[in-house]
Amino acid sequence: MNVREFLKNNIVYLDGAMGTILQERGLGVGELPERWNVSHPDVIREIHKAYFDAGSNIVCTNTFGANVLKYSPDELESVVKAALENAFAAREESTSPQEKFVALDIGPLGRMLAPYGDLDFEEAIAVFSETVKLGARYGADLIFIETFSDSYETKAAVLAAKENSDLPVFVSNAYGEDSKLMTGASPAAMVALLEGLGADAIGANCSRGPKALEGVVCEYLKYSSLPVIFKPNAGLPRVENLKTVYDLSAEDFSLEVEELVKKGVRVVGGCCGTSPEYIAKTVKACTDIKVQTVEKKNITAVSSYTHAVVFGEKPILIGERINPTGKKRFKEALKSNDVNYILKEGLDQQSAGAEILDVNVGLPEIDERKMLTSVMSELQAVSDLPLQIDTSNGDAMEKALRRYNGKAMINSVNGTKESMDRVFPLAKKYGGLIVALTLDEKGIPALAEERLEIAKKILSEAESYGIDKKDIIFDPLALTISADQNAAKETLRAVKMIKEELGCHTSLGVSNVSFGLPNRDFINSTFFALAMQNGLSAAIMNPYSLEMMKAYRSYLALSGMDENCGDYITFAQSVSVETPTLTTVSSQTKDASSENTLRAAIIKGLRDSAASISRELLREKDGLDIVNGEIIPALDTVGEQYEKKTLYLPQLLMSAEAAKAAFEQIKAAMPSGKAATKCPFVIATVKGDIHDIGKNIVRLILENYAFDVCDLGRDVPPCEIVNKVLELNAPLVGLSALMTTTVPAMEETIKLLREKAPFCKILVGGAVLNEEYAKLVGADKYARDAMEALRYADEVFESVKK
Amino acid sequence: MLTAVSVRSYGAAEYNKKEICRYAGAALGNEDLELLIDECIGEINENTLGRVCCREFDVAKKDGILDLGFVKTSSSDLAKNLDGCESIILFGATVGFDIDRLISKYSRVSPLKALVFEAIGAERVELLCDTFAREIAKEKHAIGKACRARFSPGYGDLPLEIQREIVSVLDCQRKIGLTLNSSLLMSPSKSVTAIIGVYPEKAR
Repeated sequence: MNVREFLKNNIVYLDGAMGTILQERGLGVGELPERWNVSHPDVIREIHKAYFDAGSNIVCTNTFGANVLKYSPDELESVVKAALENAFAAREESTSPQEKFVALDIGPLGRMLAPYGDLDFEEAIAVFSETVKLGARYGADLIFIETFSDSYETKAAVLAAKENSDLPVFVSNAYGEDSKLMTGASPAAMVALLEGLGADAIGANCSRGPKALEGVVCEYLKYSSLPVIFKPNAGLPRVENLKTVYDLSAEDFSLEVEELVKKGVRVVGGCCGTSPEYIAKTVKACTDIKVQTVEKKNITAVSSYTHAVVFGEKPILIGERINPTGKKRFKEALKSNDVNYILKEGLDQQSAGAEILDVNVGLPEIDERKMLTSVMSELQAVSDLPLQIDTSNGDAMEKALRRYNGKAMINSVNGTKESMDRVFPLAKKYGGLIVALTLDEKGIPALAEERLEIAKKILSEAESYGIDKKDIIFDPLALTISADQNAAKETLRAVKMIKEELGCHTSLGVSNVSFGLPNRDFINSTFFALAMQNGLSAAIMNPYSLEMMKAYRSYLALSGMDENCGDYITFAQSVSVETPTLTTVSSQTKDASSENTLRAAIIKGLRDSAASISRELLREKDGLDIVNGEIIPALDTVGEQYEKKTLYLPQLLMSAEAAKAAFEQIKAAMPSGKAATKCPFVIATVKGDIHDIGKNIVRLILENYAFDVCDLGRDVPPCEIVNKVLELNAPLVGLSALMTTTVPAMEETIKLLREKAPFCKILVGGAVLNEEYAKLVGADKYARDAMEALRYADEVFESVKK
Repeated sequence: MLTAVSVRSYGAAEYNKKEICRYAGAALGNEDLELLIDECIGEINENTLGRVCCREFDVAKKDGILDLGFVKTSSSDLAKNLDGCESIILFGATVGFDIDRLISKYSRVSPLKALVFEAIGAERVELLCDTFAREIAKEKHAIGKACRARFSPGYGDLPLEIQREIVSVLDCQRKIGLTLNSSLLMSPSKSVTAIIGVYPEKAR
């Protein structure tokens, strides 16, 4: 019998601790435990055998830290091979009668993935892949991925397991005291992610004792359609007589675990502080419990790296603004790689109430494959909302889905064979909630019944890929009523039929309904309310639209989905009747009535007044005049005060951000959308370094002074910097390093720049540098702060102009 | 002496705005900045101060080489700091990822707020270390011992490279979620590793 079959009808018993026992048996401080597979096989076999004798069905090999970051490839092979042989030998020797399997144990790498650390996602997959291949080659029955406290690293490990073997994959995460992973994921988010990736069993281990982990495990039981794993510590540790002891006895442990098995947990074992005695007692306590079949939960959800968004409870708002269609400023941002503008669009939609963000960056003149993944990753670094990957380019979709941290929404598939052939395999491999448009080779049918037929066809094709109907959400397509007066009616009927007859969720791009009509929001919002009344689960919409938000908040209040009308009241009170537009206002805004000149607003650092005054000024003045007459003088004043130390860094930044807000208004109003700039300036934090606060300040100040700043971010390899300098023909590059350990990377970058781009001046800064050190690494200039950087940049610009 | 690693958690603690202003490079008394600090504090989800893992080692000096029980070093600055000490408390402390997340978020859209979160993070991790060190000093005082000021890799001539040994011997990843990257930076970034020397208190 294989593991998958055994799992169907049995409670599966795992083993207990390995690491803490090895320490008792004399594993030295700082010694790598996996080496004992080779040096002390007798000890390892004895421990495995004791667990088999105690009744474990699955014993995990002593390979928690066996990876190529810690071992040479040759040693890794011998360690993994020996580890599996030890477990097999123990299985042979144990006469205990239960089914026995050997799992290749995989622990986290001990390095954080970007953006919090410097390990690239693909690099992590490659590292895990080496271990997986060896495990599969030397005969493991399954792969046990355990004690991961980061969702992204978990995804990398599961992908490596799936891509390099056909073995069953068990995944167990370590939760903190707040019942979340260290990097923020909730149990529901992990269930969504791991079901999507095709794990065989999922759950929680380590962290704490059984009682303390109960909340986490119950969340798993609530959301998961897969068997749930539970592998807690023997209670809380304390140090006693120089040794760590845990506060739960084997007996107490087994009784607490038994409670959760009764609730439906199907895979149990112990983590730190447990021993064969704990397992034996647990097996005994659970023997008579009736095995519960694992229920299919039929929960439709997507997730980010922090939380899941579940469909069906109340309508979900999907922000549509990250999309170049019909947006001049957005197109310009895409072409000039102004990712910050796009990120701000994401954050603003989140503040306005969006729960998921649609991400569409398709423009003929840009490389969508690269751009989509890059915008998506950057968005995930600033926003914790789940994303909807919106592209018709299969390559771009695959790259983005692979990199996405969570379970994404996929926009979209339709009833044509070509589309289903392209999208379903990707959804099967990476997981995701697929938006399915009810159209096919013949176009969009007029009648709701016909759209339902296409929906059925899509469901049956999805099923052939093993994609469950809970992972399909239908968009029955809103068509404009200006062309066909019955269009909205049919769409609404289709929403209802899909919900009632197929039991599936629906989503609509609401605004299409009013195409060609004046004041479209009036129609859109009423249509939106009607659609919700017909059971619509989600809408792709503009969260800045007051009419739409009115309809949404009012609908929730009217249909009993807003407790005490709380959200409605908060919303309604935030809307001022005089100015019927919805803007997101940050709480740092202060009453600016006295600050009526732009200059004063910038000097005072009032971002919102700076923007509104600029809007006013633009009615009578040219953008360039405002820049030269108001903004630059204000910035100069602030800069002088900063250098004289009558004003400090935070105030300098407040003014700089206010100026930036003014620039945004001016840019938006410029006919070509193009402001005059001085010259390109490439800026980056060097390879290995992730500090970027100083670099960001320099970027902001130089942007305000009209430099065309290209920010490559942090941890940037030398060749990437050089390539950008060459591409833009930039006369100036700024490099930042904060650590002594990363100064060599700066030196290397400078060397390469001198070789490939000798025309480019090099400005350096950062905490470890000074004038002397800057010379030593070969830079042209060391700048103490942003103002000094600005002066030097102006010098370079002047000399280039000549 | 070689103890096992123990972990201590610290609950919510008040923010010291004066310190935050200082770390942000400004004096207290700027009303706008204080409002902004309050706004930033309001965005922090984490309601505990952080976690520390620690372990005690005997310390010995022979031929100018300091044996810390888990690593040997020739750092003379550390030797000076530990002069007369019989053991050390080695610890790793972290306030977690919440502030890193906010720094990362705002570094793209508001360098000002990113700066404030950097400052808040610095205040948090210093407070965490101080709280831990005070607790240790009290415990040691009860058994007739006293503690030196904490000493971190990178201070004086103690090389940063020793971070690897520290993070490994304290099992920092499992115990408190602290890891190193290839250039020895810590994740979460608001973390500290340090050594506290312990010596016998002189009879009063």
